[in-house]
Amino acid sequence: MALAEKILEGDIRAAARLMRDIDDGFKSALDELKILYPHTGNAFIIGITGPPGAGKSTLVDQLTAVYRKQGKRVGIVAVDPTSPFTGGAILGDRIRMNRHADDAGVFIRSLATRGHLGGLSRSTMDVANVMDAMGMDIVIIETVGVGQDEVDIVRMAHSTIVVMVPGLGDDIQAIKAGILEIGDLFVVNKADREGADRTVRELATMLEMNQYKKGAWLPKVLRTEAHCNRGIEELVAEIEAHRSHLYQSGEIREFLQEKNARVFMDLLKERLFTEVFQHLHVNGRYRAILEGMAARREDPYSAVEKILAERFKGGD
Amino acid sequence: MSERKFRVLVGKPGLDGHDRGAKIIARAFRDAGFEVIYTGLHQTPEQIVAAAIQEDVDCIGLSILSGAHNTLLPRVCEILREKNAADIMIFCGGVIPDDDIPGLKKAGIREVFTPGTSTEAIVQWVKDNVKPRA
Ligand SMILES: Nc1nc2c(ncn2[C@@H]2O[C@H](COP(=O)(O)OP(=O)(O)OP(=O)(O)O)[C@@H](O)[C@H]2O)c(=O)[nH]1
Ligand SMILES: [Mg+2]
Repeated sequence: MALAEKILEGDIRAAARLMRDIDDGFKSALDELKILYPHTGNAFIIGITGPPGAGKSTLVDQLTAVYRKQGKRVGIVAVDPTSPFTGGAILGDRIRMNRHADDAGVFIRSLATRGHLGGLSRSTMDVANVMDAMGMDIVIIETVGVGQDEVDIVRMAHSTIVVMVPGLGDDIQAIKAGILEIGDLFVVNKADREGADRTVRELATMLEMNQYKKGAWLPKVLRTEAHCNRGIEELVAEIEAHRSHLYQSGEIREFLQEKNARVFMDLLKERLFTEVFQHLHVNGRYRAILEGMAARREDPYSAVEKILAERFKGGD
Repeated sequence: MSERKFRVLVGKPGLDGHDRGAKIIARAFRDAGFEVIYTGLHQTPEQIVAAAIQEDVDCIGLSILSGAHNTLLPRVCEILREKNAADIMIFCGGVIPDDDIPGLKKAGIREVFTPGTSTEAIVQWVKDNVKPRA
């Protein structure tokens, strides 16, 4: 039986293996994903992003506890950076979530960025899709802690939570351009720390300066102390409010359209590139082009045009 | 393009203190190019096995100092078998009396590293003895 069928029957190991195949770029994973696709689109996806050590994983742990109490099944994708020097990675987000490890209603998967920029791994969307097909009601995606403009998560998650901490001071000014647009909710975590009020105020002020269309969602700034479970119920309520807004305003249609367009285009780009590029290697042509460029015999513009013309002749 | 990346889970079962040893070995594996799922302290055998399965690791490395190795480690092996996951190889390191090692191996622990073993030696052993899944 194919992995996909086993997954639909609730086989955890099959799900974990498919995620591995996806992550490692196995072609067979595409066939499995094709089977799973009709079974996706049911999970509500929450994105959590913010600077390193802000408390993202701790928040994921607390949110998971609340959703489990409501009887919902939760999938978690936690992304950490790959070391550019060794290709290795320490994926440590599970440390904060251990109490959910052996809960059958929770599935946690750690992923390394493997050189992908934008705060997520290339495989994140497909891994989240597998969780969706497994019947997870909620999928929470924790990005790498870079805190700049991780746009990737915005396209993927129904609700994006930006986590900040007190005392970033002028840093907020510096990174505001990126983060103010991506958050549906803002959280000042570690509110037990000095300067929390100020950070909340500054964020709120900056958000007020944003231009919102009539009827648009107005992001709020909440405070939490994730390590001792303060402010979590309020956060869950605000996520629910945002979810309702998405559906009642009809914005969900726009969101899904953009998301699907992005998924399709990314896939097309990637597949087109590999198709064409692989082909170049069979007869040593790639090397010849590079050598031609080095000697200034051939220019890259003509080389690409020639290849495309050959590959797609009579195509349209 | 489609080449397996080695994945290893490093954790520390039991109730005692610090995780220095586990962190050192986690770093050594990262520096050798592995993806290390680091689960930290105070893991129950159930949590370790569940994490190993969800993360689809090739092997599990456990650091243990508590003296409870004779109960905790065989228990991890037992749950792996119960969950149909005995193919996940498991090794451990820590202060373990020589007399206990045969028993642990019989229970399913593939190798036991005592203090003084270099991290390089441990990483090399894993490279020689564990093949990432096909
Ligand atoms: N004082 C205080 N500490 C907190 C709070 N929330 C989390 N922490 C602590 O902050 C540290 C980092 O928390 P994580 O949840 O690992 O942070 P993270 O954002 O996931 O970190 P990365 O994934 O490494 O970017 C841990 O030691 C937490 O216990 C809080 O509200 N107040
Ligand atoms: Mg984290």
